[in-house]
Amino acid sequence: MSRHVVAKVGEIGSGQRKIIDVGGRRVGVFHSNGEYFALLDRCPHQGASLCSGMLMSLVDSSEPGDYRISRKSEMLRCPWHGWEFDIRTGQSWCEPSKIRVKTYPVSVEPGADLVKGPYVATTYPVSIEDDYVLVEI
Amino acid sequence: MIAPFACAPDFDPPILDSIVSGPYSGAIDCDVHPAVPGTAALMPYLDPYWREMHALRDLDRMDLMSYPPNVPLSGRSDWRPATGTPGSDFNLLQKQALDHFGVRFAICNCIYGAQAFYDENMAAAFCRATNDWIRNDWLDRDPRLRASIVLPAQNPDLAADEIERLAGDKRFVQVLLLARCELPLGRKFYWPIYRAAERHGLPVGIHAGSMFRHSPTQCGHPSFFVEDYIAQTQAFAAQLTSFVSEGVFSKFPGMKVVLIESGVTWLPAMIWRFGKDWRGIRAEIPWVRSTPGAIIRDHVRLTVQPLDGPSNPKDVERILEHLGSEDLLLFSTDYPHWQFEGDAALPPELPENLLRKILVENPLATYPRLKETIQ
Amino acid sequence: MSTPTVVSPGRDNSRPKPVVTGVVDCDIHPSAASPAELWQFLPERWRTYVAKFGTRLPNQPTINIVPYPRMSPGNGMRMDSWPPNGGFPASDLDFMREQLLDACGIEFGIFQPLSGASMSTNLELGAALSIAMNEWQLEKWARQDSRLKAGICIPQEDPEASVAIIERFAGNRDFVHIAVPTRTMEPFGRKRYRPIFAAAERWNLPICMHPPATGYHCNTPTGWASYYLEEHVSLAHPPQTVATSMIMEGIFERFPRLKIVLVEGGFAWVPPLAWRLDNQWRKMRDEVPHVKRPPSEYLREHFWFTTQPVEEAERPSDLLDTIRWIGANRLMFSTDYPHWDFDDPSRAFKVELSAEDHRAIFRENAVALFRLNEKLDEK
Repeated sequence: MSRHVVAKVGEIGSGQRKIIDVGGRRVGVFHSNGEYFALLDRCPHQGASLCSGMLMSLVDSSEPGDYRISRKSEMLRCPWHGWEFDIRTGQSWCEPSKIRVKTYPVSVEPGADLVKGPYVATTYPVSIEDDYVLVEI
Repeated sequence: MIAPFACAPDFDPPILDSIVSGPYSGAIDCDVHPAVPGTAALMPYLDPYWREMHALRDLDRMDLMSYPPNVPLSGRSDWRPATGTPGSDFNLLQKQALDHFGVRFAICNCIYGAQAFYDENMAAAFCRATNDWIRNDWLDRDPRLRASIVLPAQNPDLAADEIERLAGDKRFVQVLLLARCELPLGRKFYWPIYRAAERHGLPVGIHAGSMFRHSPTQCGHPSFFVEDYIAQTQAFAAQLTSFVSEGVFSKFPGMKVVLIESGVTWLPAMIWRFGKDWRGIRAEIPWVRSTPGAIIRDHVRLTVQPLDGPSNPKDVERILEHLGSEDLLLFSTDYPHWQFEGDAALPPELPENLLRKILVENPLATYPRLKETIQ
Repeated sequence: MSTPTVVSPGRDNSRPKPVVTGVVDCDIHPSAASPAELWQFLPERWRTYVAKFGTRLPNQPTINIVPYPRMSPGNGMRMDSWPPNGGFPASDLDFMREQLLDACGIEFGIFQPLSGASMSTNLELGAALSIAMNEWQLEKWARQDSRLKAGICIPQEDPEASVAIIERFAGNRDFVHIAVPTRTMEPFGRKRYRPIFAAAERWNLPICMHPPATGYHCNTPTGWASYYLEEHVSLAHPPQTVATSMIMEGIFERFPRLKIVLVEGGFAWVPPLAWRLDNQWRKMRDEVPHVKRPPSEYLREHFWFTTQPVEEAERPSDLLDTIRWIGANRLMFSTDYPHWDFDDPSRAFKVELSAEDHRAIFRENAVALFRLNEKLDEK
């Protein structure tokens, strides 16, 4: 396992994402209100680019005719069949224990710490003035 | 979470004789059809206004067009009375359906034109009369008989009233609707029926047949009766889809639905498609919080006649396994409809455990009132 | 705040490669980039008409959207199928090549052209639009890429006009089938449609029947469904009505070489329908003496079924029973590109098929049925 710098803090807005090749995998990095999450960019259903799907609220209900939304932009809809995945846990809404997408640990580090290492040398430039998002693959 | 199909723990099922061959002694037949012989039979149960209208407007021979009397399906040749509609002769039904098969109970599902009238008041009056006729002319004459309350779905409040009127008689074990109605049955329009049925522990039986409000297929009217009957499976599938999508079972968690005379083997493919679709579309109907397959297996049962299946017993076993549960099937003869020859009401070589469930345990779990009246 | 980077999945290298090349995709929905692109093939009189009065379809309540709104933009398109250069999904040939034909190993793509043409309540407009759709398929697509095969659009509720259109285009082998919706005004085996069968048989063209977004009748036998979920589940039913009707009307006794493809209805309903057809016919065969053999025999001789959307059995191996019961020779793979319920050829089946069945379903059955290995006529 190694940690890869994937973005500078501020680069990915809240409710936004970045999809990149990291450690031999395509990964989507998501930002929600100061927290970051990383998901493998492959839907477990039929292999679509899951991370390019639409970010939605969690849609729930207490009874027929009632619609409750929460957790804005934290549910990822696969661009193909629309299966919904929680960006925090990678679990599908429909069958959370059986259907999930792989997630990766994400951390935020100051550049000053990073220049000391260890992290995988990438072409991503790191400066001691900024903070960075890292994904562990 | 209410488990609608739990058996009472202290209940002791009757001993079955001759499970493997011969008639079905001790079984529960969940679908027999007494037929209204004519409005004359209902006259004692109609109020004076309708008696006058009967004479004036020729309100007779109002058999539902879903089962024209002479069509082969409507009566197996050895089950037809010498005269009159198949199922209209009490003695014949008693002898052929009850005595011959040796069943413990048989549930009467009376299919009659009143369920399809356009006039909701006339429908309610004739449904009331039909139910009273069933009670007096059938239930009172043989302790093995049970019945569904025939409902005027034209007006769900009137239907709920009819449930309230009869619910105290424990020989009514179910309420009856037809597969093709005015609206998909999951619609809130019908919820007064389910509220009343759930309160009284009465499953909602949906039987093949039509209210003749819409064409039987999405492509209009087929030419032949055989096509119309074959297409009934689409109605059952649409009703199930509606019940689940409208959240009826979350609103009425104790409610059970019985699909009667549906064909059975269409169900697995429908569940597979429905489940796959739901995964992607579920944000449209977020009150559906479990998979459609799980909901259907919890709340829906099916009578076995007809079992539109393959001829090879191994393939029959496979398609039954595709159903995904041994709790779904309820024994029925569908007497006097022609669905099988001789006594072959079930496919051969069914495992004994499954046989026992179909014949006795599943029906008892589905119809709690059956157990209550055994004492 | 900088804009996020989203890499086009067409260039995604982490997706598994197709298991089989040489796939025949039996259900692709090409689109015009704008109405004008299609309308340019209309005579002036209809161009003016349609701009003012539009194409009226049965039971479409609102202007811009299908009766049951889908769960993705563009009336239910795959969210990643919008061409990077702009335009509607499946309106750009280069992007279709990249994202579908090349990425999925498609050797032949069969069009199922959807437009208001076939169900226009104005029948003359329907005929004109059908001709326009056919010209458009040739000019924009089939003549640009020999992998793409067209379907002859016809206004099937006007059988006379339909036959004229078939005669006009059937000699061109860029057209490999005749396109009809499954929700016809009468069940498709009914007498009025017989001239179409005669023409199809004469030209040895299968009729491909695909669900439309609207219909002449309720989408259930018990009234109108409330939700798109119900509508989508109900799409398995019109093909069953087509099969039942055509068999019980004795169409295949009259037209023994007629071939029908039921598209985008899935296929797991086929064995139970076959059993029910036989079971009920045995009792009621006096009603239909022109049906000389068990209905399931006609089903297995005259009908093919495209696979999408592949039903996903809860126990995946159950689908192998289904395939065995239908016969792998009756199934033909399809993607339904660019719709949201698209099936990827390498991932659509959740159960492993034998090599022989795989080849048959993903290629050989379609090559044989659509005669894809015949040399094209000179244009």
